[in-house]
Amino acid sequence: MKHTISVEVENRFGILARIASLFSARGFNIDSLAVGETEDPTISCITMVVPGDDQIIEQVIKQLRKLIDVIKVVDLTQQDAVERELVLVKVNAKRTDRAEIMRIVDIFRARILDVHPFSFTIETTGTEEKIKGILTLLKPFGIKKLVRTGKIALSREGKTG
Amino acid sequence: MKRSGAQVVVEALLKEGARTVFGFPGGAMIPLYDVLYETKEIKHILTRHEQGAAHAADGYARATGKVGICMATSGPGATNLVTGIATAYMDSIPIIAFTGQVPTSMIGNDAFQEANITGITYSITKHNYLVKEVNELPSILKEAFHVASTGRKGPVLVDLPKDILMGETKIPYPQEAKIRSYNPTHKGNPKQIKRAALAIDKSEKPVIYAGGGVISSEASAELIQFACRTQIPVTTTLMGLGAFPEDNQLSLGMLGMHGTRYANYAISETDLIIAVGARFDDRITGKISEFAPYAKIIHIDIDPTAISKNVRADIPIVGDAKDILSQLIPLVKKGEEREKWHAKIKEWKEKYPLKYEMGEDLKPQYVVEKIYEVTKGEAIITTEVGQNQMWAAQFYQYTNPRSFISSGGLGTMGYGFPAAIGAQVGCPDKIVFDIAGDGSFQMNIQELTTAVNYKVPVKIAILNNGYLGMVRQWQQLFYRGRYSQVDIEDSPDFVKIAEAYGAKGIRVDKTREVEPALKKALATPGPVVLDFKVSREENVYPMVPAGAALTQMIEGLA
Repeated sequence: MKHTISVEVENRFGILARIASLFSARGFNIDSLAVGETEDPTISCITMVVPGDDQIIEQVIKQLRKLIDVIKVVDLTQQDAVERELVLVKVNAKRTDRAEIMRIVDIFRARILDVHPFSFTIETTGTEEKIKGILTLLKPFGIKKLVRTGKIALSREGKTG
Repeated sequence: MKRSGAQVVVEALLKEGARTVFGFPGGAMIPLYDVLYETKEIKHILTRHEQGAAHAADGYARATGKVGICMATSGPGATNLVTGIATAYMDSIPIIAFTGQVPTSMIGNDAFQEANITGITYSITKHNYLVKEVNELPSILKEAFHVASTGRKGPVLVDLPKDILMGETKIPYPQEAKIRSYNPTHKGNPKQIKRAALAIDKSEKPVIYAGGGVISSEASAELIQFACRTQIPVTTTLMGLGAFPEDNQLSLGMLGMHGTRYANYAISETDLIIAVGARFDDRITGKISEFAPYAKIIHIDIDPTAISKNVRADIPIVGDAKDILSQLIPLVKKGEEREKWHAKIKEWKEKYPLKYEMGEDLKPQYVVEKIYEVTKGEAIITTEVGQNQMWAAQFYQYTNPRSFISSGGLGTMGYGFPAAIGAQVGCPDKIVFDIAGDGSFQMNIQELTTAVNYKVPVKIAILNNGYLGMVRQWQQLFYRGRYSQVDIEDSPDFVKIAEAYGAKGIRVDKTREVEPALKKALATPGPVVLDFKVSREENVYPMVPAGAALTQMIEGLA
């Protein structure tokens, strides 16, 4: 099962290398990783999606907590949390397909950021399911390029762990 | 007061009570060595290889319980420390490694003698620091000592760029370390401790399985009190040797791959394992799916990651072994029952003692037994790695914590001799023996100079069989006797080597010469190399083959 793990760390040189080193040394995998500053500039938040059974996830969390520069680790999968990911996708857009693609963009409340005679660049944010949904519908037109930020997440107010 | 970065480092050493450091200078470290030159309170031991300095600091830390200090210059100096740091990391030993670094402006430029030592050591240090601002140096040094010596102890590396050592700061050395993200748990959860006490009272066939954590937390007295009150037998890991006196009738000796049969049988039949400061390493458990099939497990450890990593704990208790055992002792019943269990263990002990056969050749086990006799069991024993290490563990009775010093986790050949130097420097009144193999000893043989120069009177007992013996044993037993690259009979004459370095060398090839030679060595003031020419193809038994269950021990195959 995939777990979304939120890791608050000291906003310090080398912390990402420490975490990467931990994951490679212990043989843990990471599906996605998003890093950024929090409301407190001395603290960064790393949101990672980690696959593994319960025993592996337990070790991942404990090993992360053991790093000296790690302040807090929360498994957001265990609680009610809001999750979002942003995706940029460049999709083939022939004249005959344009109306259809724009309809899909509308339905998913995505946006077209760049228009080219043969392609659209589309921005979409949402949960994993929503992104999977729009990508499935865009795929038949031919996806030329795709980048994603990796998931970020926050627990809902009043239900913090 | 304004002082240089180098002066701040020395100030930190003095304030933290470090009076002995092991190291080797180099270009980037000259500013620090310049301050050491005038600091008479600190004794710097110059080793002949940085690896020797790291192991010596580690041996010093294990023998004294204090933080061991080693230092080396940038680049190759720093990378030569790596094996020593990894050794300390695997066995949770508090050392601080100071490394020189090229000036901050040159970092990343592939400068002369530059190596990214913080990057290299991320996964073998408890924590490390690259100092980029001299005003942060005082708090970093305070933190380094705090992190190394608290919680699950371990090595910390502080990388010191040359301009930081030469720069100046007015920031005072802090009184205490404040790290918001680091707060190790000491006291155990009272509810869990109560659950543990109930399980212990209910158990009919309990066993205590004690590891290096007992020694590290100075919890031997509590362990003895706990075991004696409950009358529960105690087996220790290699790292835990000495945590519980082996002459106590409750002692089962060591368990695991080369443990005693009775310890392994007890673990395999027990209904309750009380693990204290141990981590269920693969050399202990054997085939994990068949490990302790009937046992409930109470696991006491200061490191939450050690719990339920290899074997799921039924009652985990995170905290310091000393604190938790103290909390637990008043809650458990005095144990007078369990007669059946004790009778069974007694039977195993009588039926399957540790043994070896005397023959015409000199037996390595006999040498170890004699070392025990002539030192009255009061020496500090360090070991190298391989057969020598296992015989030292099996045939010397350890009765005091910090009396057995060995690279358990990493299994570092070449560890024992420099560690013996460090232990002897830390405990000048003790007898220190390095039980060595002819292979391992040659890995840090250059430290004979260090021992001679500083008049460190360690005794090195080489169990010389002309083989890389443990590998040869595996090749004999599991690879159809195909002895690939293990014959080292072409090694130099160790007596002459000792003499060339200015030490004393004694060769022994007959059983009756062992005791007089050991006595002569003890009567000799400086370092002595004893070259025991032992039976070439003697094996370490009993043995659990890798991947087999603990009950499948083999013994005495031809």
